[in-house]
Amino acid sequence: MAKREYSFYPGCSSQKGASSSNYLISVQTMCEELEVQLNEIPDWNCCAASIGYAGGGELPRLTLSARNIALSEQHHPGQDIVATCAACWLSTREAAERLHEDQSLLAECNTALAEAGLKLRNETPIKHMAEVLIEDLGYEALKARVKKPLEGIKIAGYVGCQTNRPFGIAGESYENPKYLDKLVETLGGDSIPDYEKKVQCCGGALAFSEPEKSQEMVKGIIEAAYDHGADLIVTPCPVCQMNVEVYQDQINQTYGTKFQMPVVYYSTLMAVAYGRSAKDAALNGQIIPAKALDALAAK
Amino acid sequence: MGELNTAMIERYRNSFLKEVEANVEEGEWVKMCMQCGVCSGSCPLGKFWEHPPQEIFMMIRAGKREAVLQSESVWMCTSCYNCIVRCPRELPITHIMHGLAHYAKRLGLVPKTNPTAKFAQMFWDNLMVKGRVNELKLGLALYFMNGFGDGIKVALKNQKLGMAMMKTGRMNPKEAFGGHAVKDLAGFHKVLKKAQELEDARIAQNGPSAGA
Repeated sequence: MAKREYSFYPGCSSQKGASSSNYLISVQTMCEELEVQLNEIPDWNCCAASIGYAGGGELPRLTLSARNIALSEQHHPGQDIVATCAACWLSTREAAERLHEDQSLLAECNTALAEAGLKLRNETPIKHMAEVLIEDLGYEALKARVKKPLEGIKIAGYVGCQTNRPFGIAGESYENPKYLDKLVETLGGDSIPDYEKKVQCCGGALAFSEPEKSQEMVKGIIEAAYDHGADLIVTPCPVCQMNVEVYQDQINQTYGTKFQMPVVYYSTLMAVAYGRSAKDAALNGQIIPAKALDALAAK
Repeated sequence: MGELNTAMIERYRNSFLKEVEANVEEGEWVKMCMQCGVCSGSCPLGKFWEHPPQEIFMMIRAGKREAVLQSESVWMCTSCYNCIVRCPRELPITHIMHGLAHYAKRLGLVPKTNPTAKFAQMFWDNLMVKGRVNELKLGLALYFMNGFGDGIKVALKNQKLGMAMMKTGRMNPKEAFGGHAVKDLAGFHKVLKKAQELEDARIAQNGPSAGA
């Protein structure tokens, strides 16, 4: 099978020494197994996420994403852009759509880009990695690679917000998406389709500015996973992963809970199921170790 | 920015709705709100909003300019997009809230102590320096945003978390020196400077000197 190639937008949080560097490592492993080649967009910049709006007005924000798309179109013509971060994907796709609808904004954007010799054609589809897996490759192809089924591991599929709304995965609903559950089943694990917090907001960037409000929501997300007997939570979003995993100590202090719930990326699950090492699956990036996966990877 | 605020009051004296339509990102959608309240009921932080989105839209139409633009509410959006996908009239509510927040900031009307307004500005300033976010510097700036004394307390509270992030390779103290950056930084800055100039020019067109 010929390798599929994509123009890859990794995003700030996936860089070496950044908060989701473990996500990138597991994605690279997963893509090796699936024969997907990721060609990093040369010299990409930050997308301003969903919190850049205080300082960044409409045109400067759109121009950030336009620069990335223009670089992709110049260096990787014909390749779809794929992002692994929900916020990167959302910002980039939103910018592309806004610039399609508003020709005067597009013209202004191109005037700005011309300062660095760039031009946006804005003809490139912008995908999340979950779309690549489910829509481009399909569950059958994902299943064919499984060497170590995640047998007996019960996994709550936490889809979160921005991988799901406003774009989402084709054929899935905003209110009750099932693709993570199907993915868990595809990998041989036990899914929890009635995990009621699957699309509950974790607070996003407000985890930093409004920690008490955010942690109250995260508490609900973890509590529901325990109620369903989950061994771990899986998510496609770096903000979800961080917010739900790393504040559990603080939540335990505030609420007297005893949470110790691992939160992993789908790519970590897949790397383990595909028989790769704990290191390749980036299990060493877990602040709360995913012991069930550590054990399986060591077998 | 007090001058711009005065100019806008002068120009749109009789209609805050028209001011929002002309100056706020996606503001032209506000009049489409049918006051069903689905957005308010769908917001994960809804219970903390002094004025939930539905109310903000009615207040805009009722000309409650200061109450809207000085409100903490427009800084309460987590960008979860629940309201957008549920709105029966498909108002881009998330974007309107961001647009209102940005407009309030441009006019200098942001409540001084609002933590999200501060953090959002820090995020933008941070990414504009090197073209990519420096998480370490952003985190430190966040700890100390309410002064040095408070910063030490917050930093101590988060010390254990910081150590865990470093141990797992998800935080790097070396980012304090330089850190990740785009290579064509000069080009990046030129592009963003031009975008800002064009944005400012468009805003000036809406100002009182545009010869209404």
